[in-house]
Amino acid sequence: MDAIIDVTPLYIEGFLQTLALLLLAGSGAFVLGVLVAALRISPVPVLRGFATAYTELLRNVPLLLVLFFCAFVLPLLGVQLDYFVLAVIGLTAYTSPFVAEAVRSGINGVHIGQAEAARSIGLPFGQTISLIVLPQAARMVVPPLINVFIALTKNTSVAGAFFVFELFGATTRGTRDHGDEVILMLLFAAVLYLVITVPLGLIAGAIEKKVRVLR
Amino acid sequence: MSGSVLYDAPGPKTRRRSAIASVVSALALVAAGAWIIATLAAPRIAANGAETPGMFDGSRWDIALNPQLWENFGRGVLATLAMAGVAAVLAILFGILLSFARTARSMWIRVPTAALLEFVRGMPVLLMIFFIFLVFSTGAYWAGVLGLAVYNGAIIGEALRAGIVSLPKGQGEAGYSIGLTPVQTRLSIEFPQAFRQMLPIIIAQLVVLLKDTSLAYVVGYNELARTIKNLQNALGNRYLFTLFIIGLLIYLIMNLTLSWLARVIAKRSGPKLGKVTPDDVPPVGSQGTQAITMVRPKSGKPPS
Repeated sequence: MDAIIDVTPLYIEGFLQTLALLLLAGSGAFVLGVLVAALRISPVPVLRGFATAYTELLRNVPLLLVLFFCAFVLPLLGVQLDYFVLAVIGLTAYTSPFVAEAVRSGINGVHIGQAEAARSIGLPFGQTISLIVLPQAARMVVPPLINVFIALTKNTSVAGAFFVFELFGATTRGTRDHGDEVILMLLFAAVLYLVITVPLGLIAGAIEKKVRVLR
Repeated sequence: MSGSVLYDAPGPKTRRRSAIASVVSALALVAAGAWIIATLAAPRIAANGAETPGMFDGSRWDIALNPQLWENFGRGVLATLAMAGVAAVLAILFGILLSFARTARSMWIRVPTAALLEFVRGMPVLLMIFFIFLVFSTGAYWAGVLGLAVYNGAIIGEALRAGIVSLPKGQGEAGYSIGLTPVQTRLSIEFPQAFRQMLPIIIAQLVVLLKDTSLAYVVGYNELARTIKNLQNALGNRYLFTLFIIGLLIYLIMNLTLSWLARVIAKRSGPKLGKVTPDDVPPVGSQGTQAITMVRPKSGKPPS
């Protein structure tokens, strides 16, 4: 028990870093992902192709390699940034195609009749999208989007391997300092991760249920 | 132009505008690409005045001709595949077991399994690998294999459970009515259908598993990502960019091939095998019909 009390400040520091990574990379990935999704449905074929290639390529690269690039290759190319900022960049880039896919599938999930109805009363493209399709898509996008953020929460642990002192980094230090109580140290970290992921999952489930009734 | 329902069939003016937008954005993308390549290719000058050659300079790429380098990369790929293969088999087996336990009749099996699944799914894989590495001191390989198997098994188990639950009640009832025991019904009637239905999801998860083998980097297993790092340590920073690009391409080739394979299998096994009509057929129009990518139907027939 002493070990737990001993590492608590360490773990709280790591937990806050994990939260910071989640918030920064999450909002960054949201903005970038919505942008990519918008490109993907745009009427200009070149932009559509670019967005498709971006999504397909980035989704097929392991996160570890993305962060490897940020932590080792970017500094070599002359980018002088803190490891924390580099990790945020990497996590943002890695998460954005998943956000884009969630948004796109939500937009695709809107019934075609809705768009047809909007067109038939004479709304142009912009209004069809912003007044008819997006408000309906937004509801359906929320649950898969939350799932993306749950995955991001777990993914922040990889940044711990690249010199960011977040929860996983705190865990490695905790297990090193208290080699005789390794299980306790790891369970403590697991509980802290679950503190973020389980409520998010419950929210996603609740919204999903509500949206299903509405439709 | 695409026949999206979102905009009118374009007239000559719109077509011209869209062509201009296409050309402009293409030029912008090409310019951005050229800028990145030029920046990479330019020799850079360090703070102390020492000049290093650009990223595409021959002195950075001459190792690509070295057979020993490829031998190293080959070993890394094999190590990655060895981990992914064993972990995939174990994950599927584990997933099947979990899905049975999760749908068991007895509450005493069902509830603890549900809690275990929730716990495993809410935790980073990396932490799981690290846990097994430290607690069971299995060595890096088995830590990676078991960590990936447990985590992905939990997700596959959840998918299979959803598959079993979504089957029409009549399937199970038919099994009981011809005198099968509950276990036989589950094994020979419900499970095969659920497995076929969920096959695309399972394969997609296996692609994720292959990607996640790179996490074994952290416990020091010599897979592909660790190979890059090892070679960097052996050859020096000068070659890091080259090594990274080679590793990246290998990962892309492996993952894209598997993703493509997954899509082919999904298409093949989708409608033919084990397609059942669920009990609660959703009302027409409540399901996604792809407003954006949907092509405008040619005749007056509504899209199905």
